[in-house]
Amino acid sequence: MLQEKLQDVFNEPGCSTNQAKSEKERKKGCSKALKPGAAAGGCAYDGAMIALQPIADAAHLVHGPIACLGNSWDNRGTKSSGSQLYRTGFTTDMSELDIIHGGEKKLYRAIKEIVQQYDPPAVFVYQTCVPAMIGDDIEAVCKFAAKKLGKPVIPVMAPGFVGSKNLGNKLAGETLLDHVIGTVEPEVTTPTDICIVGEYNLAGELWLVKPLLDEIGIRILSCISGDGRYNEVAQAHRARLTMVVCSQALVNVGRKMQERWGIPYFEGSFYGVSDMSDTLRTMARMLVERGADKAIIDRTEGVIAREESRVWRRLEPYKPRFDGKRVLLFTGGVKSWSMVTALEGAGLTIVGTSTKKSTKEDKERIKKMKGEEFHQWDDLKPRDIYKMLRDSEVDIMMSGGRSQFIALKAKVPWLDLNQERHTPYAGYDGIVNLCEEIDKTLSNPIWRQVRLAAPWDLKPDAKPDSRPVGA
Amino acid sequence: MGNIQRFPHSAKAASTNPLKMSQPLGAALAFLGVDRCMPLFHGSQGCTAFGLVLLVRHFREAIPLQTTAMDQVSTILGGYENLEQAVRTIHERNAPALIGVATTGVTETKGEDMAGQYSLFRQRNPALAGLKLVFANTPDFSGGFEDGFSAAVTGIVEEVVQPSETTVKGQINVLAGCHLSPGDVEELRDIIESFGLSPIFLPDLSLSMSGRQPDDFTATSLGGVTVERIASMGASELTLVVGEHMRVAAAALELKTDVRSVFFDRLTGLEASDRLVRTLSELSGRPVSAKLRRQRETLVDGMLDGHFFYSRKRIAVALEPDLLYAVTSFLADMGAEVIAAVSPTQTAVLEKLKAATVMVGDHSDVETLARDADLIVSNSHGRQGAARIGVPLHRMGLPMFDRLGAGLKVHVGYRGTRELLFEIGNLFLSREMDHDEHSHAHGHPHRDGHEHGQHCGSGSCGCSAG
Repeated sequence: MLQEKLQDVFNEPGCSTNQAKSEKERKKGCSKALKPGAAAGGCAYDGAMIALQPIADAAHLVHGPIACLGNSWDNRGTKSSGSQLYRTGFTTDMSELDIIHGGEKKLYRAIKEIVQQYDPPAVFVYQTCVPAMIGDDIEAVCKFAAKKLGKPVIPVMAPGFVGSKNLGNKLAGETLLDHVIGTVEPEVTTPTDICIVGEYNLAGELWLVKPLLDEIGIRILSCISGDGRYNEVAQAHRARLTMVVCSQALVNVGRKMQERWGIPYFEGSFYGVSDMSDTLRTMARMLVERGADKAIIDRTEGVIAREESRVWRRLEPYKPRFDGKRVLLFTGGVKSWSMVTALEGAGLTIVGTSTKKSTKEDKERIKKMKGEEFHQWDDLKPRDIYKMLRDSEVDIMMSGGRSQFIALKAKVPWLDLNQERHTPYAGYDGIVNLCEEIDKTLSNPIWRQVRLAAPWDLKPDAKPDSRPVGA
Repeated sequence: MGNIQRFPHSAKAASTNPLKMSQPLGAALAFLGVDRCMPLFHGSQGCTAFGLVLLVRHFREAIPLQTTAMDQVSTILGGYENLEQAVRTIHERNAPALIGVATTGVTETKGEDMAGQYSLFRQRNPALAGLKLVFANTPDFSGGFEDGFSAAVTGIVEEVVQPSETTVKGQINVLAGCHLSPGDVEELRDIIESFGLSPIFLPDLSLSMSGRQPDDFTATSLGGVTVERIASMGASELTLVVGEHMRVAAAALELKTDVRSVFFDRLTGLEASDRLVRTLSELSGRPVSAKLRRQRETLVDGMLDGHFFYSRKRIAVALEPDLLYAVTSFLADMGAEVIAAVSPTQTAVLEKLKAATVMVGDHSDVETLARDADLIVSNSHGRQGAARIGVPLHRMGLPMFDRLGAGLKVHVGYRGTRELLFEIGNLFLSREMDHDEHSHAHGHPHRDGHEHGQHCGSGSCGCSAG
C-alpha cells in the first residue's frame, strides 16, 4: 500500500519537473539514489515530522526505537501562538522485546495514555523503519484506537528508509488528504477564506504576514501547518483559495484539494518584496474571481503601495554599506531566489548559488535573470566552498545550519537561511530583518581580530591577513 | 536519608520528553575523539542526520558523520554492499586513519552479521589493509548513549591497541567515559602532566571537540588521539579507568596488554580528587605541585563558604548514568538532599546512587518528581519541564544547545569541583538574595509546610540576618 502511495506522489501532475520527464523516468520517482558514504540530509520520517509537527494542539507520537525521537525532539523553530503540546516529544521507545513480540499493543497503550492525560483534539502516529520492518500494522492500531477512544488517531506512513525529507513532506500531505482535511465543518465561512499550504511559521514568520492579510480582509481559515490547530486543518476544504508555499514539496495537497473540492490554488512566496506583492495581488484577484467583494483588490493595492515604499525607504540606509559586498547563496532550493531581487535592491551582489536541488527550469530561470556568467554549481563540495571563502571570493555566505562551519572556520561571515534560525525573514518586514542581520554580521568587529596572527606566529616581515573586513 | 525508593515501576507505554539518546550517537562521540576518524552509521540516512544535528548544536562544531544510506531494498536484501561502498567511498574521498562503524535499529533488526561482514570486507579489500576499521554493535532499541560510547571504545581497543614487551616509563592510559567533557579531559591532562606523566586519553575529545581553528578544510575529525598513540597503549605503566561504563573497555585493554588498571567511579568532589592525586603521586614518585595544593585549599575554602546554601536543598537530577552518579554524589557531599535521580537507562551504577527516588525515566518523570524541588540538574531538554513547574534548571550533560561553551565545562579535579560548587551555589544564593529583597523573613516555611533550615544567621551570605 505504501508502494502505491509512493508511485502516486511520484506521479504529480501539478509538479512541472515531473511533467517534463518521460514516462519511464517518472516511474523511478523524484528521489535520487543516495551514495553510501557520501550522502547528507534527513529521511522521509524527518520530512513528515517537519510538515505536521507545527499542528500545535495535536499530540505527535513516534512509534520506533529511541533514535527517531530521542535524538531529534525539540530541535525546530516553528512557533505557536497557543497550545504548546506539539513541543512535547512522545515515543514508544521500542525495546528489544517490543521488536520480538511486535509493538502494536504498546503503541495502543501509548495512544491511550496520551489521550487520557493530555486530551488533544487528535494524535498523529509516525511510522518509522523498525516497526515497518517487523510488520506492525499501525494503520489498524490507529483505526482501533480512534474508535475506542473517540478521537482522530492518524497514521503517518513515512518510515525513514523510503526516501528523502522532501518525499516525507509529500507523504505527510497525503496523510492530511486521506485522514484530516474535510472531516470538520467550520462554524462560519467567508468569501475571503484561504488555506496556506507549506508554511511552517519558522521563527514566527507567519505573524509578519498575517496582519497584512487581516488589514486587507483576507482570513486564514487554515494554515498547513504553521501555528496550526487540528480543527482548522480539518476545515481546509472550505477555503475559497489555496496558496502553496515552497511549491515542490506540497503541491500534491493543493492539486488534490482542487480535484476534490474545486478549490483553485496558486504557488506563491512570502520571501522578497516583489514576490510578496505578487502573492498578495494573486490572492486578492483569485478570491474576487470566486465571488469575493471587489473592494479587496483596492485594499490590497493600497497595502502594497504603502508597504513597498516603506520597505525600500527602510532598505535605503543599507545600500552604501552593502556596496560591493558579495554573497554566496548555498541553499538547495529555489525559495531563497525570491529573496535575491530584494537583496540586490539593497545593494548586495550575489556571486553564485548551488543548484543541487533545483530543476532544469529553475536553472534556466536563474540564467535568464543573472546572465551566463553567473556561477551555478551542481555539486559544490564543502572543500571547494572553503577554498572560495579563504580566497576572499565572497564576503558572506548564506546557507543552512549544517554548512555554517565551512564559513566560520574560514573566518568569513555567515547567515542562517534555514529552519534553525531565530529571525523571521518573510513579508516586507522580514526582508528588512534579513538586511539588518546581514549588516550586523558584516560590520561586526570580530572579523579583523580573529584573523590576526598569534603572537608566536608573528614574524617581522609577515604580512597580516589581507582579506577585506566587513563595513 | 530514610527510605530509598528504588526503581518505582514506570508503567508508561509512551516515553514523554525522552532523556534517552541512542547507542549509535554515543558511539559517534567516542569515534570523534580519535584523530582523522570518520564515524559511519550503518542505517538509513535519517539516523545520521538527527545525530549530526544534535552534536552540532551541542558542540557548535562541524561534525563528521556519514551514513550507509540504507533504503527499503537494501534493508531487506542485506546491507553489506552499502557498507562496503560507504567505506570505500569515504576512504577515497577523505582518507581517514580510522572509520568507526556503528550499527542502528535498521540493520540490527535485520540482524546483519557484523563480524562476518568485517571478515568479508577485509578479504575483498586487501588494498585497504592499512585502514583501521572498527565495527560496533549499537542497536537503537537497547541500551543508550553511554552503552554506545562504551561499545565504540571497546571496539577501538580491540582493533587498534597492540601488546608491548616493553614499558614506557611515565606513560599512562586514561579510558575517559562520555561523562567527561572536552574541558574535563583537558583538566585531567593538566593534572596528570603536573606529575611529569604522559597520558594517552581514549577517546581524547579535548583535542578534537574543544573549538578548533584548522588551517585547511578537513572532512574527518581533526585532533583527538592518534591511531599510533592508541596502538602504543600496551606500553603504558597504568590505565586510569574513569566511569562505570568504561569497565568493559578496561577489561578488553587489560586482557590485551596486561597493563594494570585503577578504577575511578567519579572525579568530582574533594575525596574523589584526593584519590586521583594520591594515585598519580604514588605512581610518579613526585610531590604534588604547588598549583594543585592551592587548588585543593580553595576547594576546601569554597566548601566552607558554600555549604550554607546547599544544606538540605532538595534537588532532582536527570543525566546519563555515570554523570548522574558523579553529580548526585557531589551534591550529597555538600549536604544537599537528592530527592530524585532519573537515568535514561538501567545500569549497575544506579545501585550506588544516594537519592530518595532512583528511577529509569524521562523528563516528564522529572517534572512530576521535582514539583517541590529547589533545583533540577539536567540537560537542555529539561528546560521546558523546569519552566512549567517553576524550578530553576542547572544545565549539565548533553545536549546543551542553549549555552555557549557547553563542551568546555569542567567539573573534575579540585578546580572543576570548585567551579561546579560555585555555579550551583550561586543559583541558590541569588534566589535567597532575591527573596530577601521581597521579604526579610528568614527560615521561611517551605512550600510543603515544613520548616526548612535556610538560615544564614552567620552573615555568611553577605546579608545582615535577623
